[in-house]
Amino acid sequence: MTATTTPPSTPPSASSPYADLKAPTTARRLLTAPTTGPLAALLLACVFFSLTTDQFLTGGNFSLIIQQVMVVGTLAIGQTLIILTAGIDLSCGAVMAFGSIVIARMAAEGSLPPLAAIALGLVVCGGFGLLNGLLVQKIPLPPFIVTLGMLNVAFALTHIYSQEQTVTNLPGPLTALGQTFPLGYTDVTYGSLVTIALFLLLAYALSNTGWGRHVYALGNSPEAARLNGIRTSRLTIGVYTVAGVLYGIAALLLISRTGVGDPQAGQTDNLDSITAVVLGGTSLFGGRGSVLGTFIGVLIVGVFRNGLQLMGVASIYQTLITGVLVILAVTVDQISRKKAR
Amino acid sequence: MSTASSPTPVLQARGLVKRYGHVTAIDGADFDLLPGEVLAVIGDNGAGKTSLIKALTGALTPDAGEIRLGGEPITFNGPQSARAHGIETVYQDLAVAASMDIASNMFLGRELRRPGVLGSVLRMLDKKRMREEAAEHMADLKIGLRSLTQAVETLSGGQRQAVAVARAVAWARSVVVMDEPTAALGVKESGQVLDLIRRVRDKGMPVVLISHNMPHVFEIADRIHVHRLGRRAAVIKPSDYSMAEVVAIMTGALAVDEAGGTVVADSEAAKAAGVQAT
Repeated sequence: MTATTTPPSTPPSASSPYADLKAPTTARRLLTAPTTGPLAALLLACVFFSLTTDQFLTGGNFSLIIQQVMVVGTLAIGQTLIILTAGIDLSCGAVMAFGSIVIARMAAEGSLPPLAAIALGLVVCGGFGLLNGLLVQKIPLPPFIVTLGMLNVAFALTHIYSQEQTVTNLPGPLTALGQTFPLGYTDVTYGSLVTIALFLLLAYALSNTGWGRHVYALGNSPEAARLNGIRTSRLTIGVYTVAGVLYGIAALLLISRTGVGDPQAGQTDNLDSITAVVLGGTSLFGGRGSVLGTFIGVLIVGVFRNGLQLMGVASIYQTLITGVLVILAVTVDQISRKKAR
Repeated sequence: MSTASSPTPVLQARGLVKRYGHVTAIDGADFDLLPGEVLAVIGDNGAGKTSLIKALTGALTPDAGEIRLGGEPITFNGPQSARAHGIETVYQDLAVAASMDIASNMFLGRELRRPGVLGSVLRMLDKKRMREEAAEHMADLKIGLRSLTQAVETLSGGQRQAVAVARAVAWARSVVVMDEPTAALGVKESGQVLDLIRRVRDKGMPVVLISHNMPHVFEIADRIHVHRLGRRAAVIKPSDYSMAEVVAIMTGALAVDEAGGTVVADSEAAKAAGVQAT
């Protein structure tokens, strides 16, 4: 029989195994990052529209694009978090619409001071997120089904509570984020800054904190995450709740942009946010992607809409092209992933 | 039992019982892991070795019996509490996050934060230190991987296994348990993992190895715990028995007597297996 004691064996390879220990260089990282493709697409689109229209390449137009995408962009941050955990949220637009009506009515009718109304809106939207998370985690139900149901619930509540009326005469603080300040040769809204700040905040949280790593691990494999001591239940519910609060902030941005509480708002924003996430290179299967990618995805949608508009293309064709872009983005993603294997 | 005069077992169990309704998964099982050894746990499918290992790693709570860690009685209320006591498990499906890099996987769930305000208020991870420490652990076990920043999914099966083992060894203070570490690997990679297990043992870390692969068990194990019908049927040294005999003990054709010899327990089965009493 084989002897059981063996002398300590030699290393499997004699080559220096830890030559590449340092973090990859910034250039290398940029080249291999999953956001490179979307970024290239965005730059190409910008070049194309700069050449075809005169008005595209102006500071004012870029400021406009940011304003146009800030609401969907903020929703898309929450959507990214959820998709990274291998979930999906169909209810984000409807939850935002309900939040905006709550804020608008509470403040306009004077039931609450404006800031308290805003806080209540955030709590209500966060509550929807919490409920989504609890249903997904505790029952458990597929995120698609939970948020499909919640989409209808929030949509109906919006119309019941608003009595189909647009809420007007909003107090000043509600539309403060719609105010602009001069920057260079153009004017920028404070709301745009809020959206950009949120993108940066969540990008930091995802890439530089333990929480962010756990979100990725959860999306990779909930079982592996659990076996490594991550409290997956708490994490899942937390992600949905954070997303809900982000929808609440989006509700405030929506009010500040339109100046009213509109029960019809946000009806296609759920799909638009998913579009932005996918265009930004985040995988619908979870565990791969980033909010910076989503930011690029949001800008791609915004730039195409804006550029085609400037070219005088009818809006229905913009929708058509967005649809083609999504399928294209996912195709590229699939092919590149197959090659990587 | 031949272990009577041996040093205090690192991990020990006496009379463990676990019942699920009418099914008895663990039926008064004993277990002894000695310092610095590789103990293989083998048994037929359904013999209850998985349940035994789960009880020892906190994944299930036994109905009766006692577990001692370093001689002290202990109860685990979940895998986390076993880990907190220095028992690390390498799961068969490896429990790694495929899209994350090696260093991130090594520290998954136990990330290090930057010192000072960056870590306490901004919760910022100390990525550099985690990479360095991961590199040390890998070097410690002489695992040669080109980069610790490559995603685990880009690694071969053997390399992934090595990462999982390195992670367990990095955090284990008393025991590393490995569940079928060579099951999914080719010949060459299996050899590398067996080498790795030897190096873990040579560091002084005792290893519990669950395996179906008899040649691997005979190559690496210092002792073999044979599990049968929910309890320990025998503990033997691989040098004293042939593989056929061990299989016969596993299936009940042979039994081990007090003196360490074998007696025929089931003559027909023993004849079919081609073994006889010593």
